[in-house]
Amino acid sequence: MAPFQLQSLLGYWGMMAVYFALGLGFGIALELSGFGKSTKLAAQFYFKELTVLKVMFTAIVTAMVLIFLTASLGLLDYSKLYVNTTYLWPGIVGGLIMGVGFIIGGFCPGTSLVGMATFKLDGLFFVLGGLFGIFLFGESVSLFDGFWNSSFYGRLTLFDFFGVPAGVVVVGVVLMALGMFWGGEQLERIFGKRDLNREPKWRYGAAAALLLLALVTAFNGQPTLEQKWSRAGGEKQSLLERREVYIEPTEMLSLMHDDTRGLVIWDVRPERDYNLFHLKTAVRMEENTLRNITATGIDPTVNQVIVITGNDEAAATRAWKLVTLQDIPNVYILGGGLNLWLATFDPEGSDPVMRQGDPDDQLDHYFTAALGSRHPAALPDEKVLGSLGEFTPKVKVTKVVKRQGGCG
Amino acid sequence: MAERQDPKGPKPYIHPYAGGMLLGCVLFLSFFISGNGLGASGGLNRIIVFFEDMIVPGHVDRTPYLLEMAGGNLNPLNAWIIPMVLGTILGGFLSGLFNRRLKVETNRGPHITDKTRWIMAFAGGAIMGYGARFARGCTSGQALSGGAVLSAGSWVFMFAVFAGAYALAWFVRKAWN
Repeated sequence: MAPFQLQSLLGYWGMMAVYFALGLGFGIALELSGFGKSTKLAAQFYFKELTVLKVMFTAIVTAMVLIFLTASLGLLDYSKLYVNTTYLWPGIVGGLIMGVGFIIGGFCPGTSLVGMATFKLDGLFFVLGGLFGIFLFGESVSLFDGFWNSSFYGRLTLFDFFGVPAGVVVVGVVLMALGMFWGGEQLERIFGKRDLNREPKWRYGAAAALLLLALVTAFNGQPTLEQKWSRAGGEKQSLLERREVYIEPTEMLSLMHDDTRGLVIWDVRPERDYNLFHLKTAVRMEENTLRNITATGIDPTVNQVIVITGNDEAAATRAWKLVTLQDIPNVYILGGGLNLWLATFDPEGSDPVMRQGDPDDQLDHYFTAALGSRHPAALPDEKVLGSLGEFTPKVKVTKVVKRQGGCG
Repeated sequence: MAERQDPKGPKPYIHPYAGGMLLGCVLFLSFFISGNGLGASGGLNRIIVFFEDMIVPGHVDRTPYLLEMAGGNLNPLNAWIIPMVLGTILGGFLSGLFNRRLKVETNRGPHITDKTRWIMAFAGGAIMGYGARFARGCTSGQALSGGAVLSAGSWVFMFAVFAGAYALAWFVRKAWN
């Protein structure tokens, strides 16, 4: 399923060649549209010709519809696409600054490359200016570091924000774009004295086709987690079946005492159980929260190990599937759950009869009080490790490759 | 040496909607194949940092923003955006070549001189470069790419760019009209 792991498929240089080819297409499309010419770009802002609006928004909605359509058909995995992180206010301020730069300079970074490539001297000066401006930013950003990192909303999409299915937003954006095109053409007619009868008729057909595809996308809907699991199937399912992601209590204890691993513990048990007992630093997570992983605040680009704990394994395994499908790496399950943990580290409170034949994720342990994480077994002493046997380590250190996206 | 006269002039640009659809297909393919969209300012950023790292590596290692890209042995040019920027330049050149639009010239409004235009281009470029890093992307990386995948921040950014440009347009109208 797209997108592809280019480096493993094609090697480093193969991957770079693909990006080079995409760049070629980008440059060609820009130049063909006249974006190497600053006067054409600036005309947008005097309503004489709205080429910028038309090209930009046509490109955005074309790509958007194709992306979400293929995603709805299970051909493209949207969760693997780079979605620009939202830093709201720096984005607004940066955008305003860019707008000012656009109308003064007559280019944007991408188009200036094309201008320069076609020997436009103003394009060359713009590129040089751009390099200078970027340099200034690097030198000055530490002064407003706080602001620059403020209003962080993570991987926030419009459909998350409005709480509607992605397909609805797709249709809405297409309608908005078509409206803007119509409005833009009127402005061109009025301010640019353009004869609209000389505009190609195929644009109506294209608009209708676009809207139709958008409606199909909305109708199909984006894949649910259950559907994605059955598609992702094999590979991840076999990890579960071979018990490769269930860690023994001993390994868990050694992880808990190892400061270098970035251990995160997610407890998916009911609140009552959590209050009775939970592991030290364990955070309680509801399944609903886990369905939309950005809501947990977890940063998948940081090196860490996440261990999900339930009373037994059923709930934790379900949660593991949810989390793994959303591409969070290094997630494991506490094998045997907290029932096994407590039987190991608090044998007095354990009742073998209670635990027998009981796979229903009930907490099988005696507690005299709801101590939560103040219970001694919440973090057994490191010395205990010595008296326990060896364990088969399951946690593999997969170094997280930071997904580079957007503008580098 | 006599200047070679081109009997046929430059070819006309393609229709904006056609250009947009072509660009949209390239953008879609970029996401479909690689998972990343298109971009430009990030490449310029890394190029500048590369030179900085050659001249003042100690400074780069002490500045958090630069460290991420070029600290220690990290090569800032080792990023997908670099071949993309190179491809963009070559693509623009090739299209200009085949469409007879390669010409050493300065595009400007009729009421200013070439020199004024160059100064404005440099200044505008500097402002744009600054703003692009501030916004963590430019019209290619944020507006086009982020817009297509429905990133909320990207859409807000896009409107801010248009707002900023329209707000200032009247004040610099003499440069373009």
